Amino acid sequence: MKVLVPIKRVVDYNVKVRVSADGSGVDTQGVKMSMNPFDEIAVEEGIRLRESGAAKEVVVVTIGAQAAQDVLRTAMAMGADRAILVKTDETLEPRAVANALKAIIERENPGIVSMGKQAIDDDMNATGQILAAKLGWPQATFASKVTINGERAEVTREIDGGSATYGVPLPAIITADLRLNEPRYASLPNIMKARKKPLETLELSSLNVDTASRLTTISVAEPAERQAGVMLNSVAELVEKLKTEAKVI
Amino acid sequence: MTEIERDEMEFDVVVVGGGPAGLSAAIRLKQISPDLNVCLIEKGSEIGAHIVSGAVIEPRALEELLPDWRQTDAPLRTEVSEEQVLFLTEKRAFPIPGLNLVMPHMTNHGNFVVSLGEVCRWLGEQAEALGVEIYPGFSGAQLHIEDGRVTGIVTGDMGIERDGTHGPNFTPGMILRARQTILTEGARGSLSAHAMKHFNLRDGVEPQTYGLGIKEVWEIPEENHRPGFVQHSFGWPLDDSTYGGAWLYHFGKNLVSYGFVTGLDYKNPHLSPFEEMQRTKNHPAFRPHFEGGKRIIYGARALSEGGVQSLPRLTFPGGVLAGDSAGFVNVPKIKGTHTAMKSGMLAAEAVADALNKNEPQALGLEERLRNSWLWTELHGVRNIRPAFAKWGAKLGALYAGIDSMLLRGRAPWTLHHPHADHETLRPAAKTAPIAYPKPDHKVTFDRVSSVFLSGTNHEENQPIHLKLRDPAKWLPVNHTLYDSPESRYCPAGVYEQEQKSATEWDLRINAQNCVHCKTCDIKDPTQNIEWCTPEGSGGPNYPVGM
Amino acid sequence: MTALVLLEIENGAVRQASRSAVAAAGAFGTVDVLVLGHGAEAAARLPGVTRVLHAEALSDALAEPAAALLADIASGYTHIIGAATATGKNILPRLAGLLDVQPIPDVIAINDADTFIRPIYAGNALATVRSSDSIKVITIRGANFDPVASEGGAATVEAVAFNAASQVNAAELLSVNLSTSERPELESARVVISGGKGLKDAENFKLLEPIADKLGAAIGASRAAVDSGFAPNEMQVGQTGKIVAPELYIAVGLSGAIQHLAGMKDSRVIVAINLDPEAPIFRVADYGLVADLFTVLPELESAL
Repeated sequence: MKVLVPIKRVVDYNVKVRVSADGSGVDTQGVKMSMNPFDEIAVEEGIRLRESGAAKEVVVVTIGAQAAQDVLRTAMAMGADRAILVKTDETLEPRAVANALKAIIERENPGIVSMGKQAIDDDMNATGQILAAKLGWPQATFASKVTINGERAEVTREIDGGSATYGVPLPAIITADLRLNEPRYASLPNIMKARKKPLETLELSSLNVDTASRLTTISVAEPAERQAGVMLNSVAELVEKLKTEAKVI
Repeated sequence: MTEIERDEMEFDVVVVGGGPAGLSAAIRLKQISPDLNVCLIEKGSEIGAHIVSGAVIEPRALEELLPDWRQTDAPLRTEVSEEQVLFLTEKRAFPIPGLNLVMPHMTNHGNFVVSLGEVCRWLGEQAEALGVEIYPGFSGAQLHIEDGRVTGIVTGDMGIERDGTHGPNFTPGMILRARQTILTEGARGSLSAHAMKHFNLRDGVEPQTYGLGIKEVWEIPEENHRPGFVQHSFGWPLDDSTYGGAWLYHFGKNLVSYGFVTGLDYKNPHLSPFEEMQRTKNHPAFRPHFEGGKRIIYGARALSEGGVQSLPRLTFPGGVLAGDSAGFVNVPKIKGTHTAMKSGMLAAEAVADALNKNEPQALGLEERLRNSWLWTELHGVRNIRPAFAKWGAKLGALYAGIDSMLLRGRAPWTLHHPHADHETLRPAAKTAPIAYPKPDHKVTFDRVSSVFLSGTNHEENQPIHLKLRDPAKWLPVNHTLYDSPESRYCPAGVYEQEQKSATEWDLRINAQNCVHCKTCDIKDPTQNIEWCTPEGSGGPNYPVGM
Repeated sequence: MTALVLLEIENGAVRQASRSAVAAAGAFGTVDVLVLGHGAEAAARLPGVTRVLHAEALSDALAEPAAALLADIASGYTHIIGAATATGKNILPRLAGLLDVQPIPDVIAINDADTFIRPIYAGNALATVRSSDSIKVITIRGANFDPVASEGGAATVEAVAFNAASQVNAAELLSVNLSTSERPELESARVVISGGKGLKDAENFKLLEPIADKLGAAIGASRAAVDSGFAPNEMQVGQTGKIVAPELYIAVGLSGAIQHLAGMKDSRVIVAINLDPEAPIFRVADYGLVADLFTVLPELESAL
């Protein structure tokens, strides 16, 4: 079985993003970029599936500019076998990404698509679900544990108030939540080896899929800063305010 | 430590540190001998992530390294257009007249205001294009020494737990073997310190002295922006016996670089370099530049200030020192970039020569240095910083004028650095406390919100990388005698003294906040704080603009 | 315009997050709701709801048939809305995939029928986006919309059949393991009470427990408290810990370092209890109490 891991290059989670002065977006020029942290978890899960014998090959794919190949190299340094860069200079929405991934999946025929539950830039949390719908595959989102039993995966998902375990017929989409695993370090020898692993580049246009945007960003703003409230004198006053004014208890 | 099996990899040259010195050395090596196998490691998460500098840079070394840089997209875009040096009193500012005569080293005609982090990223691209293998996110943990010769370095282990045990993701460091190792770690580098100690490179030279530079980058309204405006100050708020001052540069797209250097030979343990930096912004000569603006980046680093008197021997069997690892800052000029680059280039030339002749030590480096403009330049200004230490800011400045104008740097004497920086503190009880103003959260800020803007993080389960060699010393010495100076000199708020009870005090070390400035390693009065290299990628993540 | 809201039912009642979604849906005209499994009666009592569509045989635990049913009935609606909960985020984007539209998750404000505000970059920026899709698939952040009441409405209930459910290639629910701890998870708790260094030691940290029990709150901690060993790392709220946005956040003896504020500033109501009137936490708190927490905590416990 093959595991396909779609990954995204995003502004590094340590970077404090800034809204650009003209309000058109977030200033990403010159800031450190790295692999979306949830995608790192998805890559790690793919590698673990191969190491456990459940999978034979781990293929990573990203859709983005030429520079996005650095996250593919990182994934291969972690242990992915090969990589595909679908090149485009445009920013795609989850619907468009799902269309492009569907074309790649039809070519690669993976048994599992392991992907991050959301990217930390647009916070959409949607690509996996849209992709599953378009493929007619089952989905197991927000996974915290995955085991493979032949043609089925058993996936524990994070749900409101706890967790639930599902039997998932393969092929399926699994989206990774934080607790699924702790991704390994890309060691220096492995980074060196990853430079020699195969990386295929193809143009997004060659996939012939609909990648039009359905959302237009009108403006991006910084959230309003919280204003200081009132100072109270006693616990009784506090409880009263919480009950009658804020209505939260 | 128990024996760990380590992977090995062989190179002709390993460069430790991706700053201007290391990158220039790597580029020069490939220019001289394209076939050399050159590897450069950098502990920051990417090239530039740990770079802090003013920076007004002199393009002299760059002209020599990459003569066609003006035809490229090199990020030197803001030429200095107007400049002044101010002597400050609390309320007033006096510009130094005839700057090019009395402080010729302070004139910046033809220089560029840059983000040095951006310049380093660009140099990194040039190096990679020449075939240098660059590995960011990996720290040099130890020198690899065999038979009295450095034969490479060992990168840091990853995935060690807080208690020292190997976690589930333990990844051992790797031995990077090299015929020659170039150490360009910046001020107070750990491997450089090890090499200096192991090979006695500092025998007979004066102690290195340091300054702590703390910097902010601001974005200001376009109508207030004066690209190429350069201002330096000395005097207030420091007392006459403390060396230091502020800089303020307008550059890039509505950006302002502001910062403050404090000589770490300061004597009053109550002094806080961070607060001096903050309160200087309130001075009428500075405050208007920040009005309506927004602070976007914060960072700090130590820089060497010793000059040629403090330079160690630069070569040892199997390697060399260059850049601020050795101490090539031109302090009166407040510039270390062109000197770091030149020292890296000279190191590369000497190393290439040694490799060619198959000699273990690049002994030719010292001679190359003495025959270069770098030596002439640094030797000419050697007395200025010590004069400030000896006679204070006002007389020091007077001496600087005489030295430059009348003696033109050719004074027949050399002033000395009698003390290392950790020896200069006086007991807290014998010095006056300093009342610093509270932050207004518009122009001046507290430390914690500042560190937030450095993007600093360390993998949280790793062992604390800041250690007390003798924990029992802290209470009687640091706390009782000096009132915990580390809680003030650390620009990242790593050290906090905590009252446990009426009589008990303890030191909290928030190592995760550390911005890798090394001040604690330098200034602790008994050298009791040891700065160990943390896991690679840890530390600040300075964006372009820094 | 007519909106359809996918409701989530818990213990026979409509979840508050879903009632917020119903409130938000009111902006689009008529509101219908869909109930999967039990709970149609509770749904019918929600004020502002016209029709309750009831698919008794389905469950919101399975996204595949739920999304397929929604796609089947979508054509009559301009907006299909869910709460931005684990359930909503599982089902609604899948529905968007079936309809070939781009979903709009985590909406915090509705400008008009096509234009929405949603947080990006973990709430560090707010994007205003306009959708050109004919059917808008939206999830709603509960904290930003006052929920409709549980009672007061009288909607009609219509059963909807979804016969093709068995033909959908779906996962199968094997078991559910709801958190047995009395306390909710930090990230999804309605109330969070967090302690800082002011609690002085791990023993005192337990003073938060009886109050948390009374409020049904999760317990959090500042990084300083975690670093000092008062609380385990998984309790850390902040930039390097968990990001929370509860209805009520009570900060006890914590100064409000910016890393901490980054992790809780989106809470709806913030209460700060600290002895130091200069503590930065007071600059973001709705209600502040400058007092010794060791006298306040027992008082608060008995007042609740």
